[in-house]
Amino acid sequence: MPITNALTTTIERVSILDEHGNFDEKLGKGLIPDADLLKLYETMVTCRMMDEVAFKLQRSGRMGTYPQNMGQEANSLGAAYALNNDDWLVTCYRENCGLMWRGVPIDSILLHWMGDERGNAMPRPHHATPIAVPIGTQMLHATGLAWAAKYRGEKRISCTFFGDGATSEGDFHEACNFAANLDIPVIFFCQNNFWAISVPGRIQCSAPTVAQRGIAYGMPCLQVDGNDLFAVVYGMRKAIEHARTTGKPYFIEGVTYRLGDHTTADDARRYRDQAEVDAWKARDPITRLRTYMTKKGIWSDAKDAALREAAEASCMATIERCEQVEPPVRGDVFNYTFADLPADLVTQRETGHTHSLGQDPSQLPSASNAR
Amino acid sequence: MANLTLVQAINLALIQEMEKDDRVILLGEDVGNNGGVFRVTEGLQKRFGANRVVDTPLAESGIIGTSIGLAMAGLRPVPEIQFEGFLGPAYDQLCSHAARMRTRTRGAFTVPMTVRVPVGGGIHAPELHSDSPEAFYTHQPGLKVVMPSGPYDAKGLLISALRDPDPVIFFEPKRIYRAIREEVPEDEYTIPIGKARVVCEGTDLTVVSWGASVIQCMQAIEACGRSVELIDLRTIYPMDMETVEASVSKTGRCVIVHEAPRTCGVGSEVATQIMEKCFLHLEAPVQRVTGFDTIMPYYKLELEYLPDAARIQRGIEDCLAY
Repeated sequence: MPITNALTTTIERVSILDEHGNFDEKLGKGLIPDADLLKLYETMVTCRMMDEVAFKLQRSGRMGTYPQNMGQEANSLGAAYALNNDDWLVTCYRENCGLMWRGVPIDSILLHWMGDERGNAMPRPHHATPIAVPIGTQMLHATGLAWAAKYRGEKRISCTFFGDGATSEGDFHEACNFAANLDIPVIFFCQNNFWAISVPGRIQCSAPTVAQRGIAYGMPCLQVDGNDLFAVVYGMRKAIEHARTTGKPYFIEGVTYRLGDHTTADDARRYRDQAEVDAWKARDPITRLRTYMTKKGIWSDAKDAALREAAEASCMATIERCEQVEPPVRGDVFNYTFADLPADLVTQRETGHTHSLGQDPSQLPSASNAR
Repeated sequence: MANLTLVQAINLALIQEMEKDDRVILLGEDVGNNGGVFRVTEGLQKRFGANRVVDTPLAESGIIGTSIGLAMAGLRPVPEIQFEGFLGPAYDQLCSHAARMRTRTRGAFTVPMTVRVPVGGGIHAPELHSDSPEAFYTHQPGLKVVMPSGPYDAKGLLISALRDPDPVIFFEPKRIYRAIREEVPEDEYTIPIGKARVVCEGTDLTVVSWGASVIQCMQAIEACGRSVELIDLRTIYPMDMETVEASVSKTGRCVIVHEAPRTCGVGSEVATQIMEKCFLHLEAPVQRVTGFDTIMPYYKLELEYLPDAARIQRGIEDCLAY
């Protein structure tokens, strides 16, 4: 028997509320109580509204580059909902909805994109790390954070988010490998939105699923419909149960789609077909939930209109707060470089100069003590 | 007081801090069961357990990236990168994250981590085991860079690094890991980060150096028979220019010595600051005796590359003759 089978495996895919409104009672019943569902829906609508407002702000020159989250809301939201509030949320930049659910002020997120570091001063109780811009580096931090919790005997786990493009980065693989081999409870959540700016998913991963990347590290993996809040919550509960009871990592692929451009500096019409975008618009996670709730009799057009009106008002109030926030002071360029500023930085801060004669004008001939 | 090598002094510092502070954990390739390839962490896993002295997968970015997470959660990780040549894969984590975390979160998250890295040439090691990359990390705001030149300083500086609230790269010159012994007190003591040491006083010329080169400088100074002041920077960033300025203002001449290539080496910064601060005191152009602007050769030629006592002596004599 020279050749035997070393491994056979399957990847499960979870879909509970599909794009046609079909709901799997067996998997979905009791998964999310109606009262929670209403709040979750409200968060999604507010997040979407913020995306639209932020886009307009950028176009009118009131905000810098901004990455819209449109279409992907259910992924981070379902995760944040299923996690405990003191589990670490280690995000990149398409997880606004989950951060909002966690209670991170939207002001923080907007301030960050308005070019203000104070937006990243995440209040500690939220257990959310700052927005990570370089692709695929934050999963290692998530691994370290969960490792620290394990070291201290805490039950806390980490959940980290990244896109399909990030799974090409070496740090992604190192994070999976560390977490799996050192038994660290991290949930790796890939938001597979099919596009890394203009590069299609096929160039990042030619395997049939991204989820199966977890198999190589000995992690259980699951694919969920990332536009289906129920499927995300279902998958996350499985992952959380695994991470908490075994202390080991878990891999989830949420299949979703970036309905907007990569950022406001991008124009996706240059590289993808409108037909593809339209097909995914029909699978919009918000529309899907609204139809479901309406059919269930817990939602109505009137309630929706009222919610949208309230969401818009709250977004406008947020914008107003962010635009009126006191401007940062010049000293803050320096003040957080180290806990204790070295003398050369104090001099640069106090004089505003880097040239030595500017820093010490007493050396100039015009100075009274000049040589 | 014991007569210790640099390896033993570092080992002692780690033991004492780990006993005092259970937030200190060590991680890296071979640091556990094997005690590190240079045996710096010898016996520590046995003493403190495998959860505090952790053998990691072979991935430098992973070691630094997870250390950042550990530090963000409030621990005091001490990652070891086996040789300076392998610090490259971790460059992004060090410079894009560790160095920036305090600034970009306005202090909400910090990275109190000490990265231990054997550095430099002179031990007949294979390629990529002999470089001196301190300038790369000195140029990156947000990192502190330390390089001791002997066992006594190593212990005191390492304890300061381990207690520092910000990321410190602690370069350990492997050429003097076991080459010299010094009296090292058993009691804990610290040497402040950012403070240079005047190794010997002199009036005719100042030599500024750090790490293993300090030993070569001492030999050169002895050989040249003049009154030469030797300053060991000990910390490359923050740099103690006050001590250098005081010395060069007195001597009027300066030779800077380091193993790393000359162009944009740390010596360039030292020389510029001397020009700025001591311009009217200078009697000669500041000289740099450094590695060449070439790739570090394999070990058959490494002594041709590294500044030895003879080259340093020539630099001192030429500067004195100007």
